[in-house]
Amino acid sequence: MSESTTGRLVGAPIARKEDRRFLVGTGRYTDDLNRPKQTHAVILRSPHACAKIVSMDTSAAAAAPGVVAVYTGKDIADDKVGSIPCGWQITNKDGSKMVEPPHPALVADEVRHVGDQVAVVIAETKAQAKAAVNLIEVEYDPLPAVATVRDAVAEGAPLVWAEAPGNTCFDWHLGEKAPVDEAFKNAHKIVEIELVNNRVIPNAMEPRAAIGEYDAATDMLTLYTTSQNPHLIRLLLGAFVLGVPEHRLRVVAPDVGGGFGSKIFHYAEEAIVVWASRKIGRPVKWTAERSESFMSDAHGRDTVMRAKLAVDKDGTFLGLHVQNTANMGAYLSTFATSVPTYLSGTLMAGVYKTPAVYVEVRAVFTHTVPVDAYRGAGRPEATYMLERLVDKAAVELGMDRLEIRKKNFIRTFPYQTPVALEYDTGDYDATLAMALEKADHENYPARKAESEKRGKLRGIGYSTYLEACGIAPSALVGALGCRAGLYEAASVRVHPTGSVSVFTGTHSHGQGHETTFAQLVADQLGLTLDKVEVVHGDSDKIPFGMGTYGSRSLSVGGSAIVKAVDKIVAKGKKIAAHLLEAAESDIEFKDGKYTVAGTDKSKAFAEIAFAAYVPHSYPIDKVEPGLEESAFYDPKNFTFPAGSHVVEVEIDPDTGVVTVENVVAADDVGVIINPLIVDGQMHGGLAQGIGQALYEEAVYDESGQLMSGSYMTYSMPRAADFPMFKVGNHVTACTHNPIGAKGVGEVGAIGVPPAVINAVLDALRPLGVTDIQMPATPEKVWRAIQDARSKAQ
Amino acid sequence: MKELNFHRADSIASAVAAVKAAPAGKYLAGGQSLLPVLKLEMAEPSDLISISRIKDLRNIVASGNKLVIGAAVTHAEVAASPEVQKAIPGLAALASHIGDAQVRNRGTLGGSVAHADPAADYPAALVALGATVKTDRRTVPAEDFFTGLFETALEADELVVAVHFPIPERAAYAKFASHASKYALCGVMVAKDASGVRVAVTGAGPSVFRVPEMEKALSAAFAPASLDGIKVSSDDLLSDGQASADYRAHLVTVMAKRAVAAAAG
Repeated sequence: MSESTTGRLVGAPIARKEDRRFLVGTGRYTDDLNRPKQTHAVILRSPHACAKIVSMDTSAAAAAPGVVAVYTGKDIADDKVGSIPCGWQITNKDGSKMVEPPHPALVADEVRHVGDQVAVVIAETKAQAKAAVNLIEVEYDPLPAVATVRDAVAEGAPLVWAEAPGNTCFDWHLGEKAPVDEAFKNAHKIVEIELVNNRVIPNAMEPRAAIGEYDAATDMLTLYTTSQNPHLIRLLLGAFVLGVPEHRLRVVAPDVGGGFGSKIFHYAEEAIVVWASRKIGRPVKWTAERSESFMSDAHGRDTVMRAKLAVDKDGTFLGLHVQNTANMGAYLSTFATSVPTYLSGTLMAGVYKTPAVYVEVRAVFTHTVPVDAYRGAGRPEATYMLERLVDKAAVELGMDRLEIRKKNFIRTFPYQTPVALEYDTGDYDATLAMALEKADHENYPARKAESEKRGKLRGIGYSTYLEACGIAPSALVGALGCRAGLYEAASVRVHPTGSVSVFTGTHSHGQGHETTFAQLVADQLGLTLDKVEVVHGDSDKIPFGMGTYGSRSLSVGGSAIVKAVDKIVAKGKKIAAHLLEAAESDIEFKDGKYTVAGTDKSKAFAEIAFAAYVPHSYPIDKVEPGLEESAFYDPKNFTFPAGSHVVEVEIDPDTGVVTVENVVAADDVGVIINPLIVDGQMHGGLAQGIGQALYEEAVYDESGQLMSGSYMTYSMPRAADFPMFKVGNHVTACTHNPIGAKGVGEVGAIGVPPAVINAVLDALRPLGVTDIQMPATPEKVWRAIQDARSKAQ
Repeated sequence: MKELNFHRADSIASAVAAVKAAPAGKYLAGGQSLLPVLKLEMAEPSDLISISRIKDLRNIVASGNKLVIGAAVTHAEVAASPEVQKAIPGLAALASHIGDAQVRNRGTLGGSVAHADPAADYPAALVALGATVKTDRRTVPAEDFFTGLFETALEADELVVAVHFPIPERAAYAKFASHASKYALCGVMVAKDASGVRVAVTGAGPSVFRVPEMEKALSAAFAPASLDGIKVSSDDLLSDGQASADYRAHLVTVMAKRAVAAAAG
């Protein structure tokens, strides 16, 4: 397939259009941009997890060479810069609303996590700003801190916010308790589990950066930022923080080097640079250093979950009760509150027809970096809990781990779960069968025997997961507390010679939208790929958008594009009818040609476009000139990708090292536009999921210091850690969007962690090991083996 | 990183003179340890004197029963050197697993030795092989050279010129690396020559150390099984978020056995 092929581009493994500029180093990232008269900002960050700011002296910094301005929390307060808002309000069990503390861009009175912003120095060069920031003298009065969920909920724990007793942000529930209680009464067995979902640091390759620019002549503010959703940032920054109307605030998110969720959120630095640029009348640029990223990018996961599953003698699931405590960090990041609730609690049915499910979620504040959505966002936590619990149930019942899953699979659709979601379609048996085949499951015993011959332990783990993405129907999320609509917008501009610019409100930061969306549009209009350009990431160019997260870009954003192209085709029909002197109802559009049905009279799409812009012979009384259409698409439901992941590990019992030997992912992500991109998304997601399972962990000590604040101590997965991934797809088309797509961005990170840990436990179970928590580091595995051996003696 | 003066020296004498002349001079070789320290502003030298292009520091010479490697020879060069591979293959193998490819292409033997990171690989090789460190003014036996955590016998303006390795009968290094940093959480070099066996451990303690009990057992019989039941005390070992002292103590035995197996094989 090449850029000049037409027809059936959808489904073809086309190399990404954007790769060339990235591979030859001509991508344009925020830090690559430099504005005339630009200054540089460096932020002073708190070294304490919790401390009162007793005094601050910025005079030496202000007098340092090259310094243009120094601002503190007092300046932010004096200028009435608003609090950074949270985008989702959760309602407590008792009907009251969650505690929503202020989140100032610069803190004036009390710091609440290591890395909290205290002051900003703006200077002619970054080096000057960096030198001057060290001259700010802050007197802190350190206070006791809490960093972990378990410490935060302890009796007498220090409070992060006085207005949140017990450090509780909210106490929420979903589902009905009575039927679950009833199920437990009648259960043959109750299987219990307690799991920590380890806190991770996103570590996008490109650190966050922002440039604020004020143009006094037009009174316009521009923010260039590393964002997954420029329009959302414009809304939050303009309407809530700075009080600037949309038409005077432009937000540009150029090439962005990875987000994984961490660049969804509105960050203090974005507000600081824009606000400061107006104060000093010059552009202000800030780029995070890597150590700043560790202590200021929103972290992911960090929940403690307890669950009880009621099972019948034959392995039938009867009821599930989940109690989740989620760490919010010190402040509520943009979508933090939705993650453990509507993105996790709603997933607790999984692929199983458990008739009664009740979920309780308590969110707590701690003196840590805010926690928010990270690849999968809530769904990995739910999946990890379910798949670990299902394995445990099988073991305790003496059942085969695959049999217990099949016993409980949902097989009729649509399926209404007890936790709000209605699954439209799926085929869990098909993906499981595909995964087992790709995993060469039948020969696993031989591989295990071979490992044992070499003194190694081998285990196999399964995860039959489901997730909900393509977020989301606006009315539904609005009723649940979301403060935004989650539709998507698109504009399609056909140029006079028939080439096409597609403007999408989603944002590509590694997903390959410029290729996928071009494939969609080129096929729909019968054009070659090189005739279609996809534009994203600039609020001045794109009519509106909600951005990219929750695997929504194709199913929601792509659907908006399809709708806009439908309008183009329809308008083209009117023009063609005129030019071909036929009734509009007789015009057919196919393969880029408008034809009078049953004749060979036709006009190419480009001819129609030309007529629209040069309307000499044109139905001017009925049709406006020009060929440009916009559409908004509000999804009817979530989409429900699902699949089966199979992982084989080998363990060195002498060192506890876990080696990943085989990774199989058989997924149903709906209709696929570009299988190459789908495979790439799978590979990335699997790597991150295995990273969480085996390597990654953000660790705070008791005083709230971040112990894993660099790559010396925070362990990222590397390519050499993995075997070649075996991925495959079994498609059931989503029933409610025009593409049939479900979403693929997150399924790897969602599905695979429990498969890894289940494999580790499968290997260790003969030694008497019954539990291991993520990440399964060598020392943890070694210690589990030692403990089991000493118990056995 | 603060502003500083940069010089490129073309001889050992001019390098030493430049460091002596500077208010706070530092030698710069590959910069793989020093530059991160400077970026974090944990050290603020007034002058950096680059020694990378001093020819006398870049030689690898094997003669008789001695291998001499210049201080500015990179890890990659040690790993790829036919002389090293022939004389002490275990040393070439050690160098091939330091850090990552970028570190190996820039980092040098002299830099690693002078920095004395407790988790660096070379110190174990130097001590186990009974090497001597040659500086611009003297020679220091490896065991006297490494004096503690990031501490050596070097004077402030003293420059490591080369390391002299006696060629052993057998030697091998086994490393258990931190997954995050690739530094050794425990690295054990085992070397056997006519005088007996030496076992040196890096990464596990604040500085490289020998394990006399293992040396005795291996001098009697050079086989992994000789180490059964021999375990170092965890009392003086490092304990951090990467690995507890307990685990490190356990790894010393495991890695020592693997080093012996590799050396014997």
